[in-house]
Amino acid sequence: MSVLPGDEPEDEEEIQQEEKELEKSELFFELSRRKFMQTAGMLSAGLAAGFPAGSFAEVNQPSNTQAITLKVNGQPKTLSLDTRTSLLDALRESLELTGTKKGCDHGQCGACTVLIDGRRVNSCLTLAFAAEGADITTIEGLARNSDPKDASELHPVQAAFLEHDGYQCGYCTPGQICSAVAAIGEHKRGALSIVSLHTGKSEHPPMTDDEIKERMSGNICRCGAYPNIVAAVRAVAGASA
Amino acid sequence: MKTFSYERAAAPAAAIHAGAARGAKFLAGGTNLVDLMKYGVESPTTLVDINQLELKEVIASPDGGVTIGALVRNSDLADHPLIKNQYPLLSQALLSGASPQLRNMATTGGNLLQRTRCYYFTDISFPACNKRTPGSGCAALQGYNRIHAILGQTDKGSTSGESCIATNPSDMNVAMAALVANVEVEGPKGKRTIPFSEFHKLPGSSPWIESALKPDELIVGVTLPPAKFAKNAYYLKIRDRNSYAFALISVAAGLEMDRGTVKSAGLALGGVALKPWRDPEAEKVLVGKPAGAETFRQAADILLQGAKGYEHNAFKIEMAKQGVVRALTLASQGTTEGTQS
Repeated sequence: MSVLPGDEPEDEEEIQQEEKELEKSELFFELSRRKFMQTAGMLSAGLAAGFPAGSFAEVNQPSNTQAITLKVNGQPKTLSLDTRTSLLDALRESLELTGTKKGCDHGQCGACTVLIDGRRVNSCLTLAFAAEGADITTIEGLARNSDPKDASELHPVQAAFLEHDGYQCGYCTPGQICSAVAAIGEHKRGALSIVSLHTGKSEHPPMTDDEIKERMSGNICRCGAYPNIVAAVRAVAGASA
Repeated sequence: MKTFSYERAAAPAAAIHAGAARGAKFLAGGTNLVDLMKYGVESPTTLVDINQLELKEVIASPDGGVTIGALVRNSDLADHPLIKNQYPLLSQALLSGASPQLRNMATTGGNLLQRTRCYYFTDISFPACNKRTPGSGCAALQGYNRIHAILGQTDKGSTSGESCIATNPSDMNVAMAALVANVEVEGPKGKRTIPFSEFHKLPGSSPWIESALKPDELIVGVTLPPAKFAKNAYYLKIRDRNSYAFALISVAAGLEMDRGTVKSAGLALGGVALKPWRDPEAEKVLVGKPAGAETFRQAADILLQGAKGYEHNAFKIEMAKQGVVRALTLASQGTTEGTQS
């Protein structure tokens, strides 16, 4: 049986058969793409073709591959990676933690935000090797229960995004949530923003909407779900103030 | 991205030794370097990761100033009690730049060396860029030059190997220029101090030379003189969106006041040149005068002397002048009484 990417079988049995074939012929990328498409459900197949090329772009160059141990969500994982690999690509392509999203891949959108030693950073501009030895937390590591089907023990910020409908397409959401978790922590320990300084509130400024907008400005939402994102952050920041 | 070897340096001497190798670059926060490597603008053969070095402290100096380690992150520096209380101008500038995520990564030393955001420099599909390929010309002169320089640029036509109208994108640098900082560097021959005004280079006839730092030298820190503008300082940043965007123009204004009269001033412009634009004459004209729009406008006129705009950025000349007046006005009203524009 020949398997061509783009062939979209209808029949359930036929799909399972095809996936076995894909596994056998080691077409893992097509397989994980297909699983992603199934999970995303509503997305059209055409979107897959528009994915950023990332680490697949320059396969012809000689690589400089080394062993690396990354500690992600409390679990040490040893991998063999090209020194060029960003932390974002290591998470998504090697550790299959695809919750962290690749938006611009240039530090301009915040979709790739993760926590390193509790601090929010852009994983697209962090080399995986530079993150070795640090505690990395991704969206998958925020909930107390890691079962994606169990929403009962979500992180308070995750719960607030659900409650306040803080997303539309959801692509920026993991970055937004990781960023918000850190932003609330920064505010709690008294960190200032330019809004605090320019409004003269230099000691534990209240988390006004202006503060939230400034402190969350590193995360772009192209759907424009900002009012609901602000509401979600306000709810958690207010509760913990 | 080109392949490279990666190593971690445990001590400054080892870092300097490894960094002196041909094609080697130091890696600190990586927010600019890794980005430019992705674009193919930078292609080091070795990355020497210096993040393990002990250059992460902000320490009060015996002379009343402060010493900032090269690896202090922008967010930590902005929030350090010594900085936010004594040098609020620097805190304001740092917190006006980039995003919280990037400020958590970016370092003091790295920010000093941040490269221009000129589109024609960043995009290698444009062949002409004297910074990227010396002698190739300047595509910005006849291109879209909204974010480009109005002061200190070299304009000998778009095909000249000397032309460059790029700007320095840093906010931190503008405040440090107004605060008259010093850059502390270390190389194989030992340590030396570079005055801030001499650290960044205007394009002159060699736009590819961007700083006074030698290829085998490592920035170890920045020192600030005793604080004079703790009470009267304002960093004004005007941009196309109110956060997470580079400046069209920015103004770092610090005043030392004595009952309504200016005792001394620190003034620098960002977004207008390849280095923070400071003219001691513009500061001198304020001294001994009452704080007021008329005096401030004089300083602005001196600072913008010789400014030249291009097709898309001529508006910057008047915007910078009015920005200087506004920043000085807000500074004179007191650091904590300013309102956001």
